[in-house]
Amino acid sequence: MKLSSRMAVPLTALALAGLTATACAPQTSDNSAGKDEKSGTLRVWLFQEVNNDPKKKVVDAAVADFTAQHKDAKVEVEYIPVDTRAQRIKAAFNDPKSAPDLIEYGNTDTAGYVKDGGLADISSDFKAWDEAKDSDPTATQAVTVDGKIYGAPLFVGVRALYYRTDVFKELGLKPPATQAELISTAKKIRKEKPDLYGMAVGGANTYGAMPFIWANGGEMAEVSGGSYRAAIDSPAAQKGIGAFTSLFGDDNCPAAKCAAMTGNAVVTAFASGKAAMFVGGDFSRQAVEAGVAKGKYAVVPLPGVKAGEIAPAFAGGNNLGVLKSSSHRTLAVDLVKRLAGKESQRAFFDAMGFLPTYTDVREDVAAKEPFVAPFVKTLGAGAKFVPTSPAWGQIDASLVLPTMFQEIVSGKKDVAGASGDAAEKMDAAFRDAG
Amino acid sequence: MTQHTKAAGPDADTSVTAPAPAAPPAPRAGKRRPASRGGGRTPWLYLLPALVVLGALLIYPIYQLGLISFLEYTQAQVSGGEPTTFKGFGNYRELFADEQFWQVLTATVVFAAACVIATLAVGCALAVLLTRVRALPRLALMVAALGAWATPAVTGSTVWVFLFDPDYGPVNRLLGLGDHSWTYERYSAFALVLFEVVWCSFPFVMVTVYAGIRAIPSEVLEAASLDGASQWRIWRSITAPMLRPILVVVTIQSIIWDFKVFTQIYVMTNGGGIAGQNLVLNVYAYQKAFASSQYSLGAAIGVVMLLILLAVTLVYLRLLRRQGEEL
Repeated sequence: MKLSSRMAVPLTALALAGLTATACAPQTSDNSAGKDEKSGTLRVWLFQEVNNDPKKKVVDAAVADFTAQHKDAKVEVEYIPVDTRAQRIKAAFNDPKSAPDLIEYGNTDTAGYVKDGGLADISSDFKAWDEAKDSDPTATQAVTVDGKIYGAPLFVGVRALYYRTDVFKELGLKPPATQAELISTAKKIRKEKPDLYGMAVGGANTYGAMPFIWANGGEMAEVSGGSYRAAIDSPAAQKGIGAFTSLFGDDNCPAAKCAAMTGNAVVTAFASGKAAMFVGGDFSRQAVEAGVAKGKYAVVPLPGVKAGEIAPAFAGGNNLGVLKSSSHRTLAVDLVKRLAGKESQRAFFDAMGFLPTYTDVREDVAAKEPFVAPFVKTLGAGAKFVPTSPAWGQIDASLVLPTMFQEIVSGKKDVAGASGDAAEKMDAAFRDAG
Repeated sequence: MTQHTKAAGPDADTSVTAPAPAAPPAPRAGKRRPASRGGGRTPWLYLLPALVVLGALLIYPIYQLGLISFLEYTQAQVSGGEPTTFKGFGNYRELFADEQFWQVLTATVVFAAACVIATLAVGCALAVLLTRVRALPRLALMVAALGAWATPAVTGSTVWVFLFDPDYGPVNRLLGLGDHSWTYERYSAFALVLFEVVWCSFPFVMVTVYAGIRAIPSEVLEAASLDGASQWRIWRSITAPMLRPILVVVTIQSIIWDFKVFTQIYVMTNGGGIAGQNLVLNVYAYQKAFASSQYSLGAAIGVVMLLILLAVTLVYLRLLRRQGEEL
């Protein structure tokens, strides 16, 4: 008796589910804003940094300026942990009543958030904004979906080649000038110093691997007929994948350890003195400075295929956006302009080292701070961005590219096979996203 | 043997209270009828509170799970960017057409089976050991087991990964394995996770079985050893059959737990291992449902898991019934 009732319950539930599916759907929230109030409280969510005080000071100053101009407005800033931002922001979209008016978000999330219906289109405000004219086109691309603008770039993050000056001096090496030289230098260091990785690479460090693909003329995906198609299996891309994966092995970075490494693990390897080179961001500086590599490293742009070329870097970074559900749209857009404006970005750079998104401001600060010069040079040579498709979030989350690299370095598949499979998965995601 | 003990009870009774048996049969027969007639509703009344709780906490979520699995329901639908649409069996078709799903399903079944067998073997062996050692070692074993049991899965997994870390782990140093990576090869990674799963789930089996063994009348065991039965023989012919109801419970529990392993795989193999080689169904569902916000596809995986577990449990109970055991 017990058995049949146990079986019956879920079965009935399933049957019911099928029958009533159209009648009783799960929750869907309404994110359309009803009004545009000119007074009241603006709620802002920014990312919590490891060392948040300098950021808070810059934000507080910008907010004070803002409230001095808008006497009726109050601003509440909350710093949310980066680790749980995805859940927090999803929750905000799901429950517009408790959602903020303004959020900071990673630029690879733009297209996904737009598809979710969470971000407001501020194209006209952005185009009318005088400072926006100096915005770096790659940074602007990171807030643009289908020609509409959904926020303002706050800072860019870009990667270049860190190397250990003491190791290079000891072995009489020069910073590599081409990709081939980079690989041979890495292997040479490993040979001379077997306890070091010549160059720390990670199978899950997608953004460190992309420059190799781009340098060889490959692309993640190409637009054809208004929709994206994966290009990761093109001959050029395969060449780049081959170059990157050739760095995994006992002659540089043993696959058994490096295949699973993430971007953070690669930084840690270099910072703790276990690697002589790695591809790291301007934002990795604090971590490197905190390790034994402190004071014994320098940075150059990651070399391209030919001498004198710079491998295009991934233009990471964060944006500020106004939520579609905000009932203070005009005020929120004004605050975005204040926080992501030239003055604030300059202050953010001085306080946090965030690279400005305005070309003129960036050149200014690079002249003052030699550390950022190679990063600014890399950006100047033309950085690239991932496909601005809502599918990218899914491709990223389902680890399509790390899986591809890991399949190759662990010898499960060859470059053509693994990249073909990855292209298939990417195309499926692009199709789903429409 | 169970029949033996059942028979032993009444026999003993009759010998003492000889005159009684004649009277009871008549009242018993008389009582039964009114109970089945008038009490038709009463049992349900008593069951009602439990049913209400079950309905709210179990049936409604399962209903929602089933419902979502028939819809197109991603983040865009939740936050109102796109309308929710009915997809019929679309999610299931997509799932069953996915080669990776079948690989993951096979891996999950084999891995769960290995975990269940290892957990039961270790748990039963240690339970028997507990009955044979003195108080102090018994206490030590109990405390160690309870410690393992009380450790949260995330903590346990992290500690195990650290123990087997290629660079800093003491295990490699002890075994002289140099910088061998345990998580690189598929089977060694699964083995490592299996060790951890067994470590954190054998205490439940051990404690339950130990309690069961303690409940076996010592006369039976004494009689067996007087007859010259070996330890193995006693376990096979007396202890195991008498423990069968307990073993059934711990086996079903273990199957359900080990089939749904999540934390250990997620933490120890970094979310599914090199190129997803260590994915199990639950982690795969998480990846689909939450990491990439395809809630409906994740729900479909959940429904499939539910049906598999129900089927396994039913088949298992059926088999036991056929052997003449009533649960």
